Amino acid sequence: MEANATTAIGGRSTLERSSASRLPDQVLQWGLTVLATLILGLIAYFFIRLIGESTKALNSFGLSFIFGNDWDISRSIYHGAPLVVGTLITSAIALLIGVPVAVATALYITELCPRRARPVLGMLVDLLAAVPSVVYGLWGVFVLGPKLVPAERWFANTFSFIPFIGGGGSGITAPNYFIAGLILAIMILPIVSAISREVLATVPAENKEAALALGATRWEMIRMSVLPYARPGITGGAMLGLGRAIGETIAVVLVIGNAPTIGHHLFNQGYSLAAVIANEFNEAANQPLHSSALFAAGLVLFVLTLIVNIIARWFVRRGTRGMRAPEADSDGAVGTGFTAAAPTS
Amino acid sequence: MSTVSGATPLTQISPGRKRKDRIMRGSLMAGTGIALVPLILVIYYLIYKGVSSWSASGFFTTDPTGSFFGNPGGIRSAIFGTLEIVALASLISIPIGIAVALYLTEYGKDGRFANLVRYFVDVMTGVPSVVFGLFIYITLVISHAGGSGFAGWKGSLALSLLMLPIVIRSAEVVLLLVPSSLREAALALGAPRWRIVWRVVLPTARSGLVTGSLLAVARGMGETAPLLFTVSLATAFTGNINGLMNSLPLQIYTDITNPRDVIVARAWGAALTLVALVLILNVTARLISRRSSMT
Repeated sequence: MEANATTAIGGRSTLERSSASRLPDQVLQWGLTVLATLILGLIAYFFIRLIGESTKALNSFGLSFIFGNDWDISRSIYHGAPLVVGTLITSAIALLIGVPVAVATALYITELCPRRARPVLGMLVDLLAAVPSVVYGLWGVFVLGPKLVPAERWFANTFSFIPFIGGGGSGITAPNYFIAGLILAIMILPIVSAISREVLATVPAENKEAALALGATRWEMIRMSVLPYARPGITGGAMLGLGRAIGETIAVVLVIGNAPTIGHHLFNQGYSLAAVIANEFNEAANQPLHSSALFAAGLVLFVLTLIVNIIARWFVRRGTRGMRAPEADSDGAVGTGFTAAAPTS
Repeated sequence: MSTVSGATPLTQISPGRKRKDRIMRGSLMAGTGIALVPLILVIYYLIYKGVSSWSASGFFTTDPTGSFFGNPGGIRSAIFGTLEIVALASLISIPIGIAVALYLTEYGKDGRFANLVRYFVDVMTGVPSVVFGLFIYITLVISHAGGSGFAGWKGSLALSLLMLPIVIRSAEVVLLLVPSSLREAALALGAPRWRIVWRVVLPTARSGLVTGSLLAVARGMGETAPLLFTVSLATAFTGNINGLMNSLPLQIYTDITNPRDVIVARAWGAALTLVALVLILNVTARLISRRSSMT
């Protein structure tokens, strides 16, 4: 059909296509552009609707929706500090436990383990992400939680002098902040590890070889030439993990205890922003203020994860810049990557 | 490694440095071991507790009875509900996702708007699944769109919102791998862009697109929170996607909080089924991608 289009009209070149045969191209281009625009529009629309549904609660409680410590359904008072604190505590635990382990796996897989074992180990770590969150919740409720309680009691009694850890003693029971944090640590491990591996793979071999040639041991090479180079990317990966931990719902609602109070120590029961939505959603359906408060919790959660993700993406882009650039100009990319890494070390 | 330990060093590495090297290497290895412990434990308990409920009579062939006493029933409606909801979600998100990825690689390229789309797609991957559930709840469930409050297709929409960014990102990576020399050859032969997309770009990237889509489907299949606000829970087997439906994740979620041991056992059986489905998708995806990278 295209061959017929060469009939020249007016001053047109014979090779130019007629406007009729260019139509499908334009339709495709515009269709795809509109589609991409629609997706942006959809996100904006959802965001505005979410704000709209939250206004009732936000107007009634103002800033105390976030900072006030009183979540009481029976009195229709929704001050969400216990939720925010629970979200922060569990996410912090998840990062403290999950990130070092994830970075260790990434370093081991990319730098130390035998080449043949690399894909297998990488796939096994990735499989952690394939387990659905409700299954982690199930496992946390019936296996991890009960088995961990004796260890937690021992820990709280032994280190009772440390604030936020001691104080519970033998009163510690199964659902608590720590178990939720530990489950979250397991759940963020694969993504932090995957991004760290991606970033570590971009460290130029020259940097590593230079360190080795100067007589560095393997660990010294990792510390001096690998980690400084990969630090921004790993930071970004950790923050993406943080975003996941903040937003995780089903696993947390099952193992955090769902008590709307701020726990006094690590092994207290608590609540989180995501958990409150899932847990009180049904009973709130016919109470406008309560459901509005849950939407507002969702809004806070959304904004919180948005901020964390935007910062994380900035770090990851900085971290993997060296990887994208080589397609354009390999020499320049390695050079800029190296100078960018140098000041941080 | 041989560059350091194999060759004769000019000066001996001090014992302190050697020790530190060994300790740090050991702890990195231990960290990897620790990371795999939960995977092994979760799979062990799933098999240990799940297989016994699989062998209960009618586990796969009966629906949950929903009654507190007596026979709790099986998970047939949950399996079919999950398959129906996820199939519809895939039908929505995979074509749209690949189309957006095509826009990014073939038309938008490095333009400002394309980068904006890319950025928001990245941000979308980080939005918690519970928020997607709330979005659909606010816009479609409260307003009783389609004549019913909770409905299977609304759950599919929530899942497709969640799967969309995964499809787009994985598809974009694959489409970028299609050599531009192929596109240029087709252009030089006089083919229009839409034909190049349809006959050259998509077929070349096919196995990668399938892999990315399967991983997105696997991700959507295990999600519970979006379904909680959009589909709610029914016990009966149904093909009507405009009504309440059962699904594996929600079945597990409600069974966990049940005080009866038989029902908790059903949760383990359902969990093993769900993980098996997700793993099959994952392994298939990886096999496809490995085959394609070899050729």
